[in-house]
Amino acid sequence: MTGYQFDVAHMLAGGLVLVSFMLLYQDRMFALLNVFALHAVVLAASVAWQAYIQAAAHLYVPAAIALVLKAVIIPLALRRVVIQLGIHRNIETVVGIGPTMLVGIGLVGLSMVVMLKATGSSVDPLAREDLAFALSVVLLGLLMMVVRRNAVSQIVGFMSMENGLILAATGAKGMPLVVEISIAFSVLVAFIVIGVFLFRIRERFDSVDVQALDSFRGERR
Amino acid sequence: MTALSLAFSLEPVRAILLIPCLSALVLVLLPGYWIAARLNVAASLATFLFALNLLGQRPLPGGFLFVDDLNVVFVVLATFVGFTTSAFSASYIAHELESGRLTARYLRFYHAMYQTLMFAMNLALVANNIGLMWVAIELATLTTVAMVGIYRTHEALEAAWKYFILGSVGIALALFGTILVYMAARPVLGEGQDAMVWTALIEKSAGFSPELLNVAFIFLMLGYGTKVGLVPLHAWLPDAHAEGPTPISAVLSGLLLNVALYAVLRFKMLLATVPMAIAPGPLMVSMGLASVLFAAFMLFRRRDIKRMFAYSSIEHMGIVTFAFGMGGALANFAGLLHMTMHSLTKSAIFFAVGHIAQGKGTQRLAEIRGLTETHPVLGWGLVLGVIAIAGLPPLGMFMSEFLIVSSTFARAPVLAIVLVSGLLIALGALMLRLSEVAFGAPDGKIAPVQASYVPLYTHLALVLLAGVYLPAPLVAWFQSVARLLG
Repeated sequence: MTGYQFDVAHMLAGGLVLVSFMLLYQDRMFALLNVFALHAVVLAASVAWQAYIQAAAHLYVPAAIALVLKAVIIPLALRRVVIQLGIHRNIETVVGIGPTMLVGIGLVGLSMVVMLKATGSSVDPLAREDLAFALSVVLLGLLMMVVRRNAVSQIVGFMSMENGLILAATGAKGMPLVVEISIAFSVLVAFIVIGVFLFRIRERFDSVDVQALDSFRGERR
Repeated sequence: MTALSLAFSLEPVRAILLIPCLSALVLVLLPGYWIAARLNVAASLATFLFALNLLGQRPLPGGFLFVDDLNVVFVVLATFVGFTTSAFSASYIAHELESGRLTARYLRFYHAMYQTLMFAMNLALVANNIGLMWVAIELATLTTVAMVGIYRTHEALEAAWKYFILGSVGIALALFGTILVYMAARPVLGEGQDAMVWTALIEKSAGFSPELLNVAFIFLMLGYGTKVGLVPLHAWLPDAHAEGPTPISAVLSGLLLNVALYAVLRFKMLLATVPMAIAPGPLMVSMGLASVLFAAFMLFRRRDIKRMFAYSSIEHMGIVTFAFGMGGALANFAGLLHMTMHSLTKSAIFFAVGHIAQGKGTQRLAEIRGLTETHPVLGWGLVLGVIAIAGLPPLGMFMSEFLIVSSTFARAPVLAIVLVSGLLIALGALMLRLSEVAFGAPDGKIAPVQASYVPLYTHLALVLLAGVYLPAPLVAWFQSVARLLG
């Protein structure tokens, strides 16, 4: 592997972490969806680059799925949902932006320490850094699901988490295709399920704020 | 006729996957609920019979499917409880249709989803590929999410949403762990399919990087542990059990938790073969104990009957995880026995609770009183079930709990004291509730229920039998599995 191939892969994976941070501080619904589309584009580029340097043609499939489904179709569909439900106001957060960013930095530091230590000598350097970046993206997605109250932004957090997993799966050289397709497929299924939920939630609550759900706890007197 | 002869020429492993898969397809198209419910029972029975076949003839492990001593226990148990639950479901669903809580369209969906769930669980159990197993558990999660939300009430939607979010986070963490296991195996087994196959992984595990496997196990334990319902990842479990249809609560408690535990056990076995890797035991022991204690205290303040038994499921999965975490032949044997007994008893309790809630028109504990007078057959069934689940003699769970506690006392007395106090607190809570529910002054609706008592009492009879007399072949079988678990 030549130096520039490594550098580009490194840059794209690092870019994904950066966009994950951008997701964390969005406070408008449409801006959030746009940044998520950017997240998916960076993922697609990163996966396509892996396909190129590993000479693994089958990896172009997850790249194409990321580009078409996650960068275009899902953001458009979610935009429709947002317009229909009239929730394009500010996003309510549980924790302020500042502390969230600090926690995010801490999580990235944690994943670097854990992964770089654990993958000492047995793994080639590219896969090693890919894994570290992927874990950062996963943890940042998790953080986003925790700090947002709104159902749509939780979905975005979940999907950015899945993007991190795909980064890890494609960075693991030669991992069987079965898994990649299943990941992409499960995203689709997950979206359908969520979509159904959203419609039901709208039908029943006229809101997609998850806090509205919390007031219907099963054990309230 | 040709279809029938084709079915009999099938290998049992393929059959337990194909039958649920095909019947799900048929059930989607079938309009009448009466025939659909019968077909659901027939398909589940056929799956169970083929699973029994696996006890005798073991096919050679293939690239995707395999059967060994460990997973055959889970497969037989899953298909048996799947079959009895489908029989219970047939009478339960008829009442739901009458009372208008579910429409015919939803029932079509419900039956198809039931068989899809059976397919996913069987696939997860016989998968010889860690990626395939992950896909199957994800499919099982998605189908149960859809089923939990089927009543479309506020509570059901909240439960399904919570389950979906927590379940998919768990599933995502498990996938990360799966990728790490592949990364650890790749230098030894080479790229591609082989590095994800269980049988190959176990054989060649000595050369894997222990550091990478350690990190992988943490992710797998957290990921699949969410699905097992271990504290602190249990938050989805009580809601999902309380708000979904009761047959689904029975299947969740009796089967799906076991399937996730099976995944954890497989990875534990893998780690045990790698020198220098961390011991998975302490992590499992501490999560198990935390679950027992937490659930025991939570049992006291419950107002909803299904929620109460959901917390009891957390407690028992904690006990089982604790036992497997302790390891050794005796604790593993007891863990396996306890898991089997819990599946049978808990699903029996949910069978009773489902009909009771239908008869009383409520799930609130305060409004259910004096069951042994108003609904004697169901009421006494519930009493027996609760006595069993609380671990009192002479039922099967007493024996398994006794074995776990006594083997722990011999090795780590402090842990045993904590475990026993958890068990006693849970016993107290359950007895307190039982006395009111079963023997209080009857009030509320006393209308008789159209109930099917056969699945309920079959399970209870098996649990009682296991408590009094365990057949020698069964003991030998479980002992060999316990040795396999290390």
